[in-house]
Amino acid sequence: MSYGQTEAVRGIDFEVMAGEVFAFLGPNGAGKTTTVEILEGYRDRTGGEVSVLGEDPQHAGRSWRERIGIVLQEGRLDPYLTVRESLGLYAGYFRSPRPIDEVIALVGLEGKAEERARKLSGGQQRRLDVGMALIGDPELLFLDEPTTGFDPSARRQFWDVIAGLRDLGKTVFLTTHYMEEAQRLADRVTIIAAGEIVARGTPEDLGERESQAATIRYRAAGREVKVETTTPVETLHELTGAALARGEDLEGLEVTRPSLEDVYLELTAAAEVGE
Amino acid sequence: MTGLALVAHQFRYDQKAFWRNPASVFFTVMFPVVLLLIFGTVFGGQTVDVRGGIKTTTYYVPAIITLSIISATMQSLAMSLVIAREDGRLKRGRGTPMPPSVFIAGRIGNSIVVALIMMALLALIGRVAYGVSIPWSQLPDVVLVLVVGAAAFACLGIALTAAIPSQDAAAPIVNALLLPLYFLSGVFIPDDQLPSGVIHFADAFPIRHFFEAFFDAYVPAAGGGAGVSWGNLAIVAIWGVVGLLLAVRFFRWTPRSG
Repeated sequence: MSYGQTEAVRGIDFEVMAGEVFAFLGPNGAGKTTTVEILEGYRDRTGGEVSVLGEDPQHAGRSWRERIGIVLQEGRLDPYLTVRESLGLYAGYFRSPRPIDEVIALVGLEGKAEERARKLSGGQQRRLDVGMALIGDPELLFLDEPTTGFDPSARRQFWDVIAGLRDLGKTVFLTTHYMEEAQRLADRVTIIAAGEIVARGTPEDLGERESQAATIRYRAAGREVKVETTTPVETLHELTGAALARGEDLEGLEVTRPSLEDVYLELTAAAEVGE
Repeated sequence: MTGLALVAHQFRYDQKAFWRNPASVFFTVMFPVVLLLIFGTVFGGQTVDVRGGIKTTTYYVPAIITLSIISATMQSLAMSLVIAREDGRLKRGRGTPMPPSVFIAGRIGNSIVVALIMMALLALIGRVAYGVSIPWSQLPDVVLVLVVGAAAFACLGIALTAAIPSQDAAAPIVNALLLPLYFLSGVFIPDDQLPSGVIHFADAFPIRHFFEAFFDAYVPAAGGGAGVSWGNLAIVAIWGVVGLLLAVRFFRWTPRSG
């Protein structure tokens, strides 16, 4: 899959199960948007096979578009249409749209229905954007970096909306560069860096990686001691046992584990160096 | 919804968005009105050596209506579509089952209706302020010329978007094309004051032909209406078809910048 002169992504291979929230995680420029645009049918690939809901997006037609919803990374709204009108316009494009009021409630914009898009906050506009992608009652929803530029409270509200979609049984393909977002929302995570997949699994699987290595730090005789271990409980037991036997304290004792964020940064940094 | 019902649906929302947008209302509606009032006030009471001598205001009413039709179609569509394209709004729409032809047809329909409203408004102002009679008896001809011209200039406006790289470039490019042609085609400066070389040059572009066709339909010649100037109208229609073909070939739904 490439465009222009450089190959943006290559040799990537993944499956998304019906009804799951699948996070495609990676830093900016990793090839996330290229991949998602190929899946959405916006971009033609130069090689490889792609099947979305049983069809090749490159050749899929109107009936296929009835079954998907797309939230673009950047997609402003018509500033002069209200929430209800924006949804009404899009509802007309689909054969069997969801009721507009239901969608307004789904994205938490009750009370804003008659407000014009330009009067909404950034987070509210984004939720309307999701509403417009949901109005056709799609089986599969694409969300491309939906919370970039959000403040923490807007991000949390948005996450609640996405969590609600899972309960509706929608399949969600989420691209993001926020580890926390993937961790919070996704059933499965695939990490991409420099156009290649560097890790995949459930957030818990990826979390296990971290539990394998812990760092124990303390001071002894004024010196900083750092012990890296994959069996922190055992190691700690030995260290504290020995210290007690000597009648000493382990000053400033702490056990730390790399956060999922650290694991992610390490993985993606390695891929970028290896490029 | 399918076919025409969907076009009507799109049209309904385009109308709402158009009339609520202060920029489109100002440039498309207010600007021609102000121009007519300025020309009518400054040059009123003089005569133009066209058709053996007519009042300046009789000349300027169809001239400014011509401008307003081009403004409501070509100018307004080129600008609003480039803005929507660069905003990602066209891309979002393209991701739905909406057929592209429906969207385009809705926009063209919207611009033709705005052009009709502009004609009615300017004709009324011309009648009330300057006593320029409304050509009721030729109304079918006038509307026919307007609709053909409006559709043609709408297609040209859609084609033009392919040559506009960004939102910022839209207004300069559109104005750089249209403003000189308004002058050279006799819209701002009456025919009798333009050297024939200038008119020959302007004849290479559609504005002059459209202006002539509209003028002939709107201003009845002494001793019977000039009616429809089919030659001029055909040239305008051909420009429109060329615009449509270019639009089909080169129109983009995705942003060009970024």
